[in-house]
Amino acid sequence: MTDSQNHKQKKKEIIITGFGGQGIILAGIILGKAAAIGEHRESTLVQSYGPESRGGSCSAQVVISDEMIHYPYVNHPDILVCMSQSGYDKLIKQMKENGTLIIDQNLVHPARGLKCDFFSIPATSMAEELGRVMIANIIMLGFLTAVTEIISMDAAQKSVTESVPKGTEKLNTKAFKKGHDYGLATLKGRQKKAAGQAGAIS
Amino acid sequence: MKPAVLTGEYFMTGDVACAEGALAAGCRFFGGYPITPATEIAERMAIRLSHVDGCFIQMEDEIGAMASVLGASWGGMKSMTATSGPGFSLMMENIGLGICTETPCVVVNVQRGGPSTGLPTHGAQGDMMQARWGSHGHYEIIALAPSSPQEIFYLTITAFNLSEKYRLPVLIMTDEIIGHMSEKVIIPEAKSIKTVSRPKPKGRKDRFKPFAPGPNGVAPMPAAGEGYNLHITGLTHDEKGYPVMTVEAQTEMMARITEKIQRNLDDIIRTDSYLLEDAEIAVVSYGISARTSIAAVAEARKLGIKAGLLRLVTIWPFPEDQIRKLADRVKGFVTVEINLGQIHREVERCAGGKVPIFLVGHPGGTIIHPDSVVKMLMEAF
Repeated sequence: MTDSQNHKQKKKEIIITGFGGQGIILAGIILGKAAAIGEHRESTLVQSYGPESRGGSCSAQVVISDEMIHYPYVNHPDILVCMSQSGYDKLIKQMKENGTLIIDQNLVHPARGLKCDFFSIPATSMAEELGRVMIANIIMLGFLTAVTEIISMDAAQKSVTESVPKGTEKLNTKAFKKGHDYGLATLKGRQKKAAGQAGAIS
Repeated sequence: MKPAVLTGEYFMTGDVACAEGALAAGCRFFGGYPITPATEIAERMAIRLSHVDGCFIQMEDEIGAMASVLGASWGGMKSMTATSGPGFSLMMENIGLGICTETPCVVVNVQRGGPSTGLPTHGAQGDMMQARWGSHGHYEIIALAPSSPQEIFYLTITAFNLSEKYRLPVLIMTDEIIGHMSEKVIIPEAKSIKTVSRPKPKGRKDRFKPFAPGPNGVAPMPAAGEGYNLHITGLTHDEKGYPVMTVEAQTEMMARITEKIQRNLDDIIRTDSYLLEDAEIAVVSYGISARTSIAAVAEARKLGIKAGLLRLVTIWPFPEDQIRKLADRVKGFVTVEINLGQIHREVERCAGGKVPIFLVGHPGGTIIHPDSVVKMLMEAF
């Protein structure tokens, strides 16, 4: 099965959580738009709405599917992306068994001994290196695209440039690529480790 | 400057899609007052009306907002407002004025949890009966309920077309979930969008009667400034528009404003269905609840329960015939809505005691999970 077939398999439910102001909702919009417009699939985005959007904990719930989505809320995510400790604390228990947890390691310290599939990236410090902490969400999106393959890189990248404020496309594309590269490197590291372990057994 | 019809494929919220539908329908006036979760409609209209030489006014409150919408309509514009529960309550008196003066316009209610200030940021479907009877006196109204951002785009066009055709305020009863949910919305080319405009009067201006019904029961409507002498009042009035305080005038006027709806039910009522043809149990729902009900019906079928969905797109006038016909052939009904039983009562009334009816309701704040509908289907039948 090719990668493109692989990521189009079935319904995926994603929650991205963080603080208001981090661009959590924008990340959700970019993800949903990439699936709906870029890949001509179905997707819905529901956002937590209220005082949260002024600095409290906030979240974007995205469902991606090949069929019409009848229930747009996400109660048990397949993929949980955490960009704040409070978001992690609140939602980690809701994650599906065999779900994938992705964190910004600058901001989230997960519990020891997690059984789920787990990825981490220093998105905030990488954004600081690029000169703007605000683009940590886009770095995270690049990382998410690389390690989960829920959407194709092309669709995601196009959605980023179409959704960010005019004049910031270049910086955001750079941020996306940086996150994506980090994701590919993480996967490669895992493969090597797995191969190493296999080698040790045989 | 962008055109009125933004042909293309978008990932947009229901609120934004509603505004775009209004523009595509020819709406050029928005008078409103911000309120969660309807503010985004006003926000979008404020930006977009400037592209099409339209007019946006933020009024001092919802009473004024509704009055401005009626005034703009008599000025010849297709006009609308958007609000939520508390604002809808304030608009009620002037919605009645719109019905009495046969003024075309569109009122959107993005429902949130009530009563009173309730749950501003969370959805509900608790204003469905208020939509029917919220203004005083007896009258007919048209209310539509969309189930997706794509549908609210089209239904907003339909709402304008019906309001122009039948000369009355048409309500779009959506909810916070549809309003704030982003999904794919395809906006077609302008030439493929059918729009209807109020019939204009012909003949001698001095003999014109602004409330004398035309062939379909609806009077032609001039705009202020076109040379017709107009008297428009919320008092009981004759065909000339002059107040007449008699039982006869009241009877005649009431017949005018109610029969134009009652005699055109086939044109006004829209329903949709899913697996209903061979269904033994009919799930009746609308708006976001109808959407989750589809998942429930699909799941019930897998479990061997022959359920089907009747989705009400037009809520008012109520699709009585559809329910009556179903009552003759199904074993029972389940109504699904985010309130504690409003449309449920209508279904009960129309089923006339022939079969049992159960409610899957919720007081508001979230959507109804398909599992609770499946559970009801399994336990009740």
